[in-house]
Amino acid sequence: MQYEPVIGLEVHAQLKTETKIFCGCSTKFGAPPNANTCPVCTGMPGVLPVLNKKAVTFAIKSAIATNCTIARESRFDRKNYFYPDLPKGYQISQYAYPIAEHGHLSIEIEEGLEKIIGITRIHMEEDAGKLIHEPRRDRSMVDLNRTGVPLVEIVSEPDIRSPAEAAAYLKKLHAILRYIDVCDGNMEQGSFRCDANISLRPLGEEKFGTRTELKNLNSFKHVEKAIQYEIQRQAYILDEGKNVIQETRLWDPAKNITKSMRGKEDAHDYRYFPDPDLVPLIVDDEWINSVKADMPELPDEKKMRFIKEYALTDYDAAVLTSSRELADYFEETAKKISDKKLAANWIMGPVMGLVKSEGNAIETLPVSSASLGELLQLLENNTINANGAKIVFEKLVNSDQSPASLVKDMGLEQVSDQSELEGVVDEILEANPAELNSYREGKTKLFSFFMGQIMKKTKGKADPKIITELLKKKL
Amino acid sequence: MKISRKDVEYIAHLARLEVDDLLVDKFADQISNILEYIDKLKDADVSGAELMSGAAFQNNVMREDIVKVSPGPDVTLSDAPERDEDFYVVPRVVG
Repeated sequence: MQYEPVIGLEVHAQLKTETKIFCGCSTKFGAPPNANTCPVCTGMPGVLPVLNKKAVTFAIKSAIATNCTIARESRFDRKNYFYPDLPKGYQISQYAYPIAEHGHLSIEIEEGLEKIIGITRIHMEEDAGKLIHEPRRDRSMVDLNRTGVPLVEIVSEPDIRSPAEAAAYLKKLHAILRYIDVCDGNMEQGSFRCDANISLRPLGEEKFGTRTELKNLNSFKHVEKAIQYEIQRQAYILDEGKNVIQETRLWDPAKNITKSMRGKEDAHDYRYFPDPDLVPLIVDDEWINSVKADMPELPDEKKMRFIKEYALTDYDAAVLTSSRELADYFEETAKKISDKKLAANWIMGPVMGLVKSEGNAIETLPVSSASLGELLQLLENNTINANGAKIVFEKLVNSDQSPASLVKDMGLEQVSDQSELEGVVDEILEANPAELNSYREGKTKLFSFFMGQIMKKTKGKADPKIITELLKKKL
Repeated sequence: MKISRKDVEYIAHLARLEVDDLLVDKFADQISNILEYIDKLKDADVSGAELMSGAAFQNNVMREDIVKVSPGPDVTLSDAPERDEDFYVVPRVVG
C-alpha cells in the first residue's frame, strides 16, 4: 500500500548562557567530572532554584525568530521520573504554561517552493546529567556537570512529510538559533539534539497512525537516515497486517537501524505539577521590545537582501546565507570587488572545498575574507588571470604573505601586452603546421589545443581574452 | 474518590517504594479517605475568587547570568553512597 509519513520533530537546544538555569554553576563543556555542581543543581534538600534572566531572554529571542506568540505569563512544573542522571528525581520544565506557542518557519522543499512548518510550542527546561557506561563492568558513572544547563525545547507540528523535509526543517532551525546567537549548535557535544515522532497513514487517510519516537539522532545525516529506515520498517509491519507498537526507539548509526528501548515504556507517567519553589514568569512588552530591538537579520531576510543587493541567484543566496559566518565571509569579500558573482563562485567553489578538506569552520579558515577579497581584486583588474588566482589561493593556505606579494614573488602577473602575445601566437602556429591545416579544413575543435599550447608557453600567465582574439584573427 | 489495590501498587512502583502486600488494602483505604476529605473543597463557594498559582505573592524572581565558583565534587560527592574518583557510581542502567 502507499503510505504517507507524518513526522514531528522535538529539538532540544542548549542556550549559550554562562551559568546554569537555576544556579550560578558554569555551563562550560569539558570540565572535570562534577566540577560544575552545587547543592542546587544536584538537588540537595533545602535549596532554592533562582531563574537565570539571560536564559529567559534567549528563549524570548528564539520565540521571536520562529514567529511564536510569547506568553505574558508562564510557569515551571516538575516532571517526575527516576534516572541516575536526574538527581532531584524530577526535571524542572514548563508543561501547562510554556513561554511561547503557535510559531512557524518556512523551508524550501524544491527550488523556489516553500513550505510552512508549524511550531507547536517552545518551553524552557533544565538538562539532565551524563551517564558513562563501562562496557565490561556492571556499573555506570554519573557526571552532573550538565545537570541544570538551560535548554529550550522546540516542538514542531506534525507537518513534515519526508526525511528530506525533516532535514530541511532542522537545518533551518539550526541556522536560525546560530544567527540569533542563543545556541552554539554543536551537535556532537549535544548542544542541538533532535527526537523524531513518526507514523504512517494510508495515502488520503485523515487519521494519524500509531507513532514511534526516535532518539539519538545527533547529525542531520542520521536524522534523514533514521527516519527513512523507520518509514520502511513501519510500512513493512503495516503491509503484513500487523500493528505498529507505540514505543521509543534508539537509532544505531553503526548498523543503520532503529532498536526498541525496552523498559522505558512504563516510565511515561510523569505526574507533572507546578514547582512550588518557582514563581510565575511574567514577560512584558518592554522586555519583548528590547529583545526585538536587538535581533540580528535572520537567514530568510539576509537571503532576500543578497538576491537584491548582489544580484545573486536564489540558489547562491541560499547557500551563502546558510550560516551567519559564511554570509559575513561573503560580504567582507564582495565588498572589495564589483563583480559580486565572482566572489560567490569563489566562495562556493574553492573556499568551501577548503573548508571541507581541512575540516575547518569558515571563521578559522587560513584564508581570510580580507585576503580573498584582495586576491579577487587582482583578478578583476586583470593583474592576474583565473589560473594564476587559483595558484595564489592554494599558496595562501600556508602563507602569511599578501596575495599581491605572492603574485610578485611567483611572477604570476598576467601578460596582457598585445605585441608580446602576438609573437607567442605566431610561434605556436608555426610550430604546429599539421594542426593549423586541420583547423583550417574545419576541425575547429583544435582551437582549445592552440590555447593550451600558448598557455603552456607563457606558463599560464597569458590574458586569455587577448589570446582568444589574436588566435581568431590569425587562424 | 476510591483508590484500588492496583492504584496503590502503581503509585508505589512510580515512587520506587516497596509496599508490603498485607498493607496494600490499608493504604488503599487511607488514601481514599484523604481524597474524599479533599473532595469536600469542591463544596466551597469560590465564585469571585481569583485563581492562585502559588503561596508566594510575587513574580519574576531572577538572577543575572554571572558564574559563581562551584563547590565542586568534594562537596557534591561527600554523601555519595559509592564513588570512583570524582564520579558517582550507580548500578548499570542500560543493557
